[in-house]
Amino acid sequence: MAWPKPDELVQIDNTPPSGSWLEPSANYRKGAYCNSALPKSLDQVGMPNARNWKPSDADWKLPPDWKEIVLEGMRDRLERFRSFRLFMDICVRCGACADKCHFYIGSGDPKNMPVLRAELIRSVYRRYFTAAGKILGKLAGARDLTEDVLKEWFYYFYQCTECRRCSVFCPFGIDTAEITMIVRELLNLVGCNIHWVQEPVANCYRVGNHLGIQPHGFKDSIDFAVDEIEEMIGVRVEAPINKKGAEVLFVVPSADYFGSPHYYTLLGYLMLFHEVGLDYTFSAYASEGGNFGLFTSNEMMKRLNAKMYSEARRLGVKWILGGECGHMWRVVNQYMDTMNGPADFLQPPVSPVTGTAFDNARSTKMVHICEFTADLIRHGKLKLDPARNAHWNVTYHDSCNPARAMGMLEEPRYIIRNVCDRFHEMPENTIREQTFCCGSGSGIGTDENFEMRMRGGFPRANAVKYVKEKFGVNLLSCICAIDKATLPTLLEYWVPGVEVAGVHELLGNALVMSGEKERTTDLRGQPFAPQTEQAGA
Amino acid sequence: MILAVGLPYAALLAFFVGIGYRVLSWSRAPVPFRIPTTCGQQKSLPWIKASWLENPYTTAGAVARVASEVLVFRSLLRNHRPERLGSRLVYSPSGWLWLGALAFHWSFLIVLLRHLRLFLQPTPRWVLALQSLDGFFQAGMPVVYATDAILLVALLYLLGRRLAQAQLRYLSLPSDYFALGLLLALAGSGILMRYFARVNIVEIKRYALGLATMSPALPSDAGALFYFHVATLSLLLAWFPFSKLMHMGGSFLSPTRNLANNSRMKRHVNPWNPAVELHTYEQFEDEFRDKMRTAGIPLEKQ
Repeated sequence: MAWPKPDELVQIDNTPPSGSWLEPSANYRKGAYCNSALPKSLDQVGMPNARNWKPSDADWKLPPDWKEIVLEGMRDRLERFRSFRLFMDICVRCGACADKCHFYIGSGDPKNMPVLRAELIRSVYRRYFTAAGKILGKLAGARDLTEDVLKEWFYYFYQCTECRRCSVFCPFGIDTAEITMIVRELLNLVGCNIHWVQEPVANCYRVGNHLGIQPHGFKDSIDFAVDEIEEMIGVRVEAPINKKGAEVLFVVPSADYFGSPHYYTLLGYLMLFHEVGLDYTFSAYASEGGNFGLFTSNEMMKRLNAKMYSEARRLGVKWILGGECGHMWRVVNQYMDTMNGPADFLQPPVSPVTGTAFDNARSTKMVHICEFTADLIRHGKLKLDPARNAHWNVTYHDSCNPARAMGMLEEPRYIIRNVCDRFHEMPENTIREQTFCCGSGSGIGTDENFEMRMRGGFPRANAVKYVKEKFGVNLLSCICAIDKATLPTLLEYWVPGVEVAGVHELLGNALVMSGEKERTTDLRGQPFAPQTEQAGA
Repeated sequence: MILAVGLPYAALLAFFVGIGYRVLSWSRAPVPFRIPTTCGQQKSLPWIKASWLENPYTTAGAVARVASEVLVFRSLLRNHRPERLGSRLVYSPSGWLWLGALAFHWSFLIVLLRHLRLFLQPTPRWVLALQSLDGFFQAGMPVVYATDAILLVALLYLLGRRLAQAQLRYLSLPSDYFALGLLLALAGSGILMRYFARVNIVEIKRYALGLATMSPALPSDAGALFYFHVATLSLLLAWFPFSKLMHMGGSFLSPTRNLANNSRMKRHVNPWNPAVELHTYEQFEDEFRDKMRTAGIPLEKQ
């Protein structure tokens, strides 16, 4: 496949087209949209209008009353979500958000400015739900809901990764992620959804994880990791599945046990738990931390998320620990307890190793692995040898959701500083709450969407390039499974020579385990840097 | 009489009824989920310094955060501009929008408060104090108020940027220009009356007091400019609730700003939390029991 080269793609034209944005436009060209969902994924979870269709088709085979369905869906959501009603009403079009979106920076398409992305539905809201729009029409920025408008929605609301960067800069806190989530709910009402979201949803619902790996396959993957650790380190760790009465239920994004480089992070977790003697269990039924329901509808999010509490109850654990995953933590932090709580059958989490009560998770009863590990390091419970990461010169990418829907900024950095000697931050406008998305979040990290992903990831890659050239950074660490899946492609495209790793992979490299044999390679099997051997680590 | 008395009353009525309706429609819609945009370190381990303002975890913190938005436009202050130099993106701070917006809003507020001297008898001390502070930088007759100049310059800047920047021009709606035009007409006519085409302030105060005390009386020698000023103000008041000018209420109610990020500490309740169909563990085990048994995964039913 001949995708455009980086030096072609970077010729970004920011000149807006002539004419009015009220005219719908959606250019379904190769590389700029995601494939539609297959009927069977929709049928499996009872979603409407399952059929074979393509976004590039002229006829989308919408239900005959699609317009009424969408408008009724809007009315219903205007009543149920204050956020939606407010965000339809209060934008002043000041443009502060305009150049904050990675898709706008990377594409120059004005409808990727968050303000205009939102106006795509605001214009319809004005037409059907406000007096001014009903009377004045176009003059008030109102337009009819037509099939072309719906196609435009599908195009641009699957060109938003729900990263919330624009909402950091909006003087009223208007959150495009919230608008995108609601428009996607509306699109789902008439069966307009994408394969890369709906298949994981269907798999997760029935089998327990995105890829549809059945329980025995899941166990095989975990057992394989256990064997590999024994071979590499000489220590036999335990990784129980569905063990009743364990203290902690551990939930990870499924990519950790079938994806690369996620897999090395999994090795890191397993080694860590063995070293501190954590009494924990995986679950085959809740073998997915990720939740593509978040990219579908709030009801679907709830249906998938419910497995965590239900499994915690069945297995009789005291609390839940969650692995490195971005949007999973948006769900856990902002939705889980509200949707599926109260979790009064669990206990407020306390680290069995340090005795630290995780008071910030006392209601949800779910702790982030970085909180858990940072606390262990702080209490001196781990023997760490940062020299084992001397071959890495590390930067840290704040994943959107832990940064802007949680505020987990320091915990991962604290771990990194304790397990690596060389760590450099990217420029301040590109990290922490201002972090740039990988360009592939919210379910659009699919191969066929390559061009838009490279465009959306351009600002992130550009900041990586900066630290690579300035400090010689050769590893980008992060705590998000979608990042780990999509950033390698992005960096290979824009900044070849920088690898991607989870924070707990770096921890696993540095962790000195009791009873380990002499280690000469990191978890990837790469030899340690020469100075490590001299240091005799 | 209709223009000078009927119009202001009708406009005020529309203003208050409209705002009431709007705020009611917002507050009637529930906040199902706790979705603050977190712009700082969360409250987690005791030795990690949490950002109480940018990522509030208490109600007081959330109130302070909203206050920082309302009073000093905190989020707008973060503004910066990315620029592409060849294949490299560089970011430079860009405070003009923040400054222009802040200058406009604050000077407009002060100008409005100064107008209270026309509606209250005797004029309250604090209004007089505000007035003399506002005129502090200028001696001479008549005193030139700093806010008059700032208001005008800020409005012209806000209009100018909308016209000058291609992206902003592309996204702007007629109503965006209408709002700015209305405000410019209002401020312009007021400034003309104060500095250039002076009006009889005693007569105008008599008229204003009459409106305020519900016993309206027309000013005896007010000219067309004065009625133009009253008319633009009335139009602004009447249009306000149906326009984007309602953004004011939004800054208080926005769930991404006015909620504490404490949903792991304290359960947030969704009043319409829907009952949903679930795929239970029992269904799961029924489907995979044999494979699970073979793999040695513990089962509920053998």
